[in-house]
Parts: sequence; C-alpha cells; structure tokens
Amino acid sequence: MQELALHVLDLAQNAVEAGARHVGIEVIEDLAGDRLTIRVTDDGRGMDEETARKASDPFYTTRATRRVGLGLSLLGGAAEAAGGGMSIRSEPGRGTTVEVTFQRSHLDRAPLGDLPNTLLVLVAGNPEITFSYRHAVDGREFVFDGAEFRAALGDLSPQHPAVLRWLRQALAEDPPESL
Amino acid sequence: MPKLRSLEDLKQLKAEAQRSLRVREGTTTKITVGMGTCGIAAGAREVMRAILAELARRDIEATVSTTGCVGMCVQEPLVDVEQAGRRVTYGKMTAERVPTLIEEHLVRGNIVTDWVVAKGAPAT
Repeated sequence: MQELALHVLDLAQNAVEAGARHVGIEVIEDLAGDRLTIRVTDDGRGMDEETARKASDPFYTTRATRRVGLGLSLLGGAAEAAGGGMSIRSEPGRGTTVEVTFQRSHLDRAPLGDLPNTLLVLVAGNPEITFSYRHAVDGREFVFDGAEFRAALGDLSPQHPAVLRWLRQALAEDPPESL
Repeated sequence: MPKLRSLEDLKQLKAEAQRSLRVREGTTTKITVGMGTCGIAAGAREVMRAILAELARRDIEATVSTTGCVGMCVQEPLVDVEQAGRRVTYGKMTAERVPTLIEEHLVRGNIVTDWVVAKGAPAT
C-alpha cells in the first residue's frame, strides 16, 4: 500500500469482519525515539494462538472465496523493511490487537497518508460500530471519541449529509504528518 | 455556513435533521463497496468517499456499506447497487466515474452496462 493509512483501513476492516463493536486506532509518532507505532485493537471474536500465528502467512485465510490473505503479510513486510516489526495479540472471545512499529525516519517507511478520510469511511460505513482514534505526536494529541460521537448522533445516520460535513471538519483537525 | 465542530453543534444538527424528516433507514437502495485488502489497494476508499459525497450532494437516500473480498480481486474496486429488486455489480470503479454512476443508475434507472461485471437478484 502506498500509505500507512490504507493499512490502518485494512486492519480496521479485519476488526469489522471479526464482529467487533469497538475498534481502537492509535497512531503514535515518537520523534526523539525515531519510532512510529500503529495499533488497532478490537473486541471481535479473536483468534487462538495457532490462528494468530498463521494470520500473517499470505497463504492462510478464513475467506472461502480465494486461497490468499495478503493484508497482514504485506503490513508485516512493510514494517520489517522499515526497521520495525508487527505483533498480533489475540484471545478467542475477547478480541485482537495488531501493533506495528517502524523506524520513523527510515527511507522505506511509507507516508502516513490520508487518515481523516480513512476514519470518515470507517465511521460512516459502520454506524453500529464505535471507532476511537488517537494520533499522538511527541505529547500533542488529536482524539476522535466515537462513543461521544455516537451518543450525540443518536439514531441519526452518520451518512446524513450534514453529519458527513461535521465529520469531515472534525477529522480535518487531525494534524498531518510532521516532517 | 459556520464551522461545525463541537458535539453541541452535532446535537443541534441532529435536532434540525429530524425536523426535516430525513429517513435513511429502510431505504430500498443499497450500495456496497468492496473493502477487502484487494479493494483497498485498488482505491476503494476514494470510491466510497465519492459515493457518500455524491449522494449527499444530490440529497439521494441510499445506504452505503462495505464488504470484504469476494474473490474477483482483479475487478476491484467493486461496487454493488441493489435497487428495486435487482443487484448489479460494477467493476474497476473510480471516484471520477461515481457521479455518472449515481446519475445514470440511481436517478435515471439506467444500468451502465459497460462497467458491469455481474448481475443477479439480491442475496437473502
């Protein structure tokens, strides 16, 4: 993927497909430590130890439509190519956390990309799911609290034009990647 | 138009929206965007954003949701349109093509046959 935001979208989609009701997304930029961390946590059905181990194998998939599942394999490869790594922690019935780290300044580390539109598509496309998002850059933090958002929204659709406008403006305050 | 930011603004907006009696639940038009790894890699995020924006712009009622990989990866981004009892799957959709798709299929009821990769009755 050309941007890390697309990997975030992919991880979040995995969470949705695992039946998650809550998905937490964290992007942490540690400039002094030259580390970039992305963490996606869900409360979906989770995986047992063996499945969690096989999850990053490109030839392992739970999909019946084809025999490859590339998302985690690609992400793990991207992390390793940029001086980092990926860990998958999961517990059946509890949920899953995928954490990827990168050497932030590594030349092969893809740009963060469009996180606001990634969030927009997730929030608008999944009205029943609560997404929480935190983007921290050396102590400064942008937070989107999906629980507060859904409570304020009530039964109004997040795809309502006025709500989409509100979301775009709220998410646009997420600071773009600092250079 | 003032910038809407706070949750107070959102609650106010909700009250206004309900007064204008906009109902999106139970609408008969459903649009499904493929959002598996293949779809994402092919540009499904931009397609979905364009669809949400075009529906909003035209004030058209439809429900937009996502699905995972259905095995037709080379045709991604895939967009399913279910309307009036028929389902059509469009392939290699782009954000640029979305306005035409909405105008022709949703507004005029004309399937854009050049872009179709599959047709069928909606899955139950």
